[in-house]
Amino acid sequence: MDFGFSSEQEELRQSLRTLLARECDMGRVRAALDGRVAFDEPLWRALAEFGAMGVAIPEEYGGLGLGLLELCVIAEELGRAVAPVPFSSAVYLYAQLVLAFGSERQRRDRLPQIAAGREIGTCPADALMSPDRTSLRVSRGRLTGRVPMAHDGLVADWAVLPALDEEGRLGLYLARLSGPGAAREPLASIDPTRTCASLVFTDCEVERLGDGVEMPDLSRVVDTAAVLLAFEQLGGAERALEAGCDYARQRVAFGRQIGSFQAIKHMLANMYVAKTLARSNAYYGAWAMATGHGELPVAAATARVSATQAFQECAMNAIQVHGGVGFTWDYDCHVFFRRSNALALVLGPLSTWESLLVERLRDGARTGDA
Amino acid sequence: MDFSDTPAEAAFRAEARRWIAANAPSQHRVALERSSFGVLRVGGDEAEKLAICRDWQRRKFEGGWACLHWPSEYGGRDAGPVERLIWEQEEGVYGKLGERFVIGQGMIGPTLMAHGSPAHKRRHLVPMASGEEIWCQLFSEPAAGSDLAGIRTRCERTAGGWRVNGQKVWTSGAHYSDWGLMLARTDPSVPKHRGLSMFIVNMRSPGVEIRPIRQMSGQSGFNQVFFTDVFIPDEDMLGASGDGWSIALTTLMNERQAVSSSMTTGFDDIFDFCLRFDWRGGKAIDDPVVRSKLATWAARTSGLRFTAMRTISSAARGEVPGPENSILKLVAGMTMQEIAKFALDLQGAAGMVASPEFAEEEGKFQLMLLRSPGMRVEGGTDEIQRNILAERVLGMPPDHRVDKDVSFAALMQAAGDAARRS
Repeated sequence: MDFGFSSEQEELRQSLRTLLARECDMGRVRAALDGRVAFDEPLWRALAEFGAMGVAIPEEYGGLGLGLLELCVIAEELGRAVAPVPFSSAVYLYAQLVLAFGSERQRRDRLPQIAAGREIGTCPADALMSPDRTSLRVSRGRLTGRVPMAHDGLVADWAVLPALDEEGRLGLYLARLSGPGAAREPLASIDPTRTCASLVFTDCEVERLGDGVEMPDLSRVVDTAAVLLAFEQLGGAERALEAGCDYARQRVAFGRQIGSFQAIKHMLANMYVAKTLARSNAYYGAWAMATGHGELPVAAATARVSATQAFQECAMNAIQVHGGVGFTWDYDCHVFFRRSNALALVLGPLSTWESLLVERLRDGARTGDA
Repeated sequence: MDFSDTPAEAAFRAEARRWIAANAPSQHRVALERSSFGVLRVGGDEAEKLAICRDWQRRKFEGGWACLHWPSEYGGRDAGPVERLIWEQEEGVYGKLGERFVIGQGMIGPTLMAHGSPAHKRRHLVPMASGEEIWCQLFSEPAAGSDLAGIRTRCERTAGGWRVNGQKVWTSGAHYSDWGLMLARTDPSVPKHRGLSMFIVNMRSPGVEIRPIRQMSGQSGFNQVFFTDVFIPDEDMLGASGDGWSIALTTLMNERQAVSSSMTTGFDDIFDFCLRFDWRGGKAIDDPVVRSKLATWAARTSGLRFTAMRTISSAARGEVPGPENSILKLVAGMTMQEIAKFALDLQGAAGMVASPEFAEEEGKFQLMLLRSPGMRVEGGTDEIQRNILAERVLGMPPDHRVDKDVSFAALMQAAGDAARRS
């Protein structure tokens, strides 16, 4: 039994943290926040060179062939850095969907491009969480319809989308967003460090993802993404808590550092508690995901609920600790706050995951409470 | 990241499981499963309960399964933290028979190992491990709870030892304990943390009087202990005169460990209840509001479980457990209180019924409700736990202190003056 990352995985974390300190300071995040860039392309290239996108892609498809645990470490660090890159859409969703359901040819065509950072894909949250409610239609290999909201949709080249064919059969399709028949409309987001867009398809040429005719079960990809997002949220929660603690030590009022007041201490302690529980639950999810354990559905939902709550609480109360400056544009608190609320929604909202967690506990294993 | 057993761990687990199957008092299993929130449903009166507990402890001791993490020379097994966890998992409900020994084995034993003389260790550790002798902890006083260093119980020099006068409170198990570890003031002329010493007290000494405290739940696990001219021989001082506070910190650090590995939130109880309970035309579990609460409690309970396991992992890597363990009791106490309130809310007016023969689940949630406020106070209040986390983990500056560098006698004088003025 060992409930922690290995020393190799911790080394990976350190080297990525060094890279991000250089390539993703707050000035770079703010370039996206202020709309000067859609995403940080130099950072994206640096991450590709580091191998971040391909860490869990097998070597035969151009990846590093390490594993999902290494991807958890990367997710946590990107979350800490509030990185303005479409990593979650491209790597946790698009790459995992192609790897899980793509045909051999599609894997050979797409995955090396993803690993090299040359290709960005996305999959809308609604498409993953409730594909059967799609309004998209496919007829003779051409897709028509509208996706109201796709995270990272403005910078993605590809999307995986569920659609009904002429005979009403549901399937997953691979659509090129920069090609003919596809259009994008930018949407202002509560978190401008990541883009949002609606996608409009008019007789857009698409191909089916995979060789089969059956609609695949997406639950494993959804659960994997939930665990990886939990790590991203965890990284953000820890950074927001640190920002709150730094300010509480530095700011003086009534002749004392405000961190010496119990009202502030207790708020910070509660943030620490939420973050610590989220970390433990994320580790549980990571283990279940990496080993393919039968507890993954429960572990993933637990990790997602816990991390969503923790990041939202830490980011919200980091502003509270800062007082007036906390809700100014110039201080960074709102960057965490925006990201915490966006990440809560990118893969089904908290209420959906709460319900899923209870259903899964009912149907299977328990938390093992003493 | 590996939550499964290594081959060595699996072998240890199999050995423990075999031994437990052959030796555990299985006639008590059902009663133990129904035991919760401090109520042990085995045996009749307290003497019989104690005999059943002692019997299981002695059998474990003879079989080499008592105090696993202790050195074998003191009756332990030299086992590591992971083996201890495996044993706890395998011992399961029979672990409830060990609750009366936890203060000695979990907190006082390690304190004696760290600060006791060779004679103390020889005399006390083995009977503590075998359950032959039970210990209690004599720290808190009526005027010193969260502010423990403010204790007033006095130890004064007398021929061949010390004479004790004063009062202790919240002493778990004093009524069945043979020995106590007592923090007392030996020098009121120095600031309060510096004038304390630690003693081993024979609870059968003349002048020791024990009175049970009846809690709001009706239970009486705690006591008041009065000392009137109780004699303690010189050799029963632990460490040197004035070492009391630093020794107490060792005990309290072990308390966090001992208490936290056995935390329950009541989640499994409320979850099972919601599965079965008819509510608003369906089962309670089908309601979105119920689900939202259950999910939050599930995530907290799971978080506690894996936080404890992460602590065990770091202990296995040789790291010393730190104050971050304060979160376990903090979250468990708060969650149990929320769960109890919600379980009664679901029951409506019937939630007021506490009599076991009429109430849902034999009145389990009513008992939980009345037990839960104590959980948030004992072993350090929620507020003290949050101070610990903020100051020692997050590095917040300490609170403004008016009692630093002032002699204890002067503090008492100032407190008296303030009380008269108001």
